Amino acid sequence: MASRLMWASRAASYLRISVFHRGFASVVKDLKYLDSHEWVKVEGKSATVGITDHAQDHLGDVVYVELPEVGAPVSHGSSFGAVESVKATSDINSPVSGKVVEVNEELNNSPGLINSSPYDKGWIIKVEVSNNGELNSLMDADKYTKFCEEEDGSH
Amino acid sequence: MANPSQLQAHKIGAPLMNQIKLKGVPILQQLHLEECLLRTSSHNWCIINQGTNHPTIVMGVSGKPAELLKIESVLCDQIPVVRRFTGGGTVVLDPSTIFVTFICNKDAVAGLQPYPQPILSWTGALYNKVFQGIGDFHLRENDYVFGDRKFGGNAQSITKNRWIHHTSFLWDYEVRNMAYLKLPARAPEYRLARGHLEFICRMKDYMSRSEFISRTIEAIKTHFSLRSAEAESIETSASFAGIQVKPDNKEFYSIGERLNIY
Repeated sequence: MASRLMWASRAASYLRISVFHRGFASVVKDLKYLDSHEWVKVEGKSATVGITDHAQDHLGDVVYVELPEVGAPVSHGSSFGAVESVKATSDINSPVSGKVVEVNEELNNSPGLINSSPYDKGWIIKVEVSNNGELNSLMDADKYTKFCEEEDGSH
Repeated sequence: MANPSQLQAHKIGAPLMNQIKLKGVPILQQLHLEECLLRTSSHNWCIINQGTNHPTIVMGVSGKPAELLKIESVLCDQIPVVRRFTGGGTVVLDPSTIFVTFICNKDAVAGLQPYPQPILSWTGALYNKVFQGIGDFHLRENDYVFGDRKFGGNAQSITKNRWIHHTSFLWDYEVRNMAYLKLPARAPEYRLARGHLEFICRMKDYMSRSEFISRTIEAIKTHFSLRSAEAESIETSASFAGIQVKPDNKEFYSIGERLNIY
């Protein structure tokens, strides 16, 4: 257990993740977040999207990812795909509007990357963003952390 | 002792759930109805369908026929194979299967987080009331069992604001239909590599069909104020007059007419 915590701290430091001692899900500082638990990393007109550690933790082991086609449109807050975990499919919603330019084909063979590396190897799509203004409606890391605490606390 | 008025009074303020009772509606059409209601309605629904009209194999969203089915037998006997929009494994359904489906807004059940495990636990508690004192019922991993034998399989789909949980109950089944299924690679631990016939059991050995349905309805009423979407069970053309749905392509239609449920 102690060595796992040490590994977690080193990984957290590398990925610039805040780790909470109560075992809360990790949140990455430089990302933006939707209230349906997706994250987005924006670099100019390009965005990478995935689901958060909170989401993967609550969903359970991911066994299948339904990916969109490259070229498909996505819109802010709307579903673009789904993950299957044991008995449930769960929609994945896009934090941004635009066009899918790349999907993470690795997830076809290794859907568990979403569980083991939700912010890194478990990325789901890359998007050419059409409306950077929508980013203002997303939560930053602190707001998302508080959102998760409130959500978990109210149930 | 509380009188009926007092007991009913506590239900005032309970969320409304529309109940649809069907009989022998083909499972593909039931799934169309469910997906339509999940994605385009803002109401809570409970659908009870007594049997599908023809033996049908239904796989989960990621099911691969070559891995899960004995394809030659399926083709030879012309058994329809359907892929549903929810997760989970493969089942063979027939006129003896009873389907119970809940489609809810994410805030319909106070304090329930809209994730797979909490939803499953909530349904497990509901069915605990249904099967109280009967046959050592419990929720085991993701299945409903009597002892260590499965009689109810579950699957879910969760959207941003709503969720569906549907169950196929093996009130009875044909042994020969189970022969279409291979042993799945992904199986619950408690299955312990048992073949289908050693793993499942028949609900009719524990409870009559009518008692199951009436107990289920009573259990639902402890959470919801239940309203029938139609006056009686449907055996012929379904009428859903007044229920208008608007799918993503912006067309309005009556569920019954569009799905031609009969």
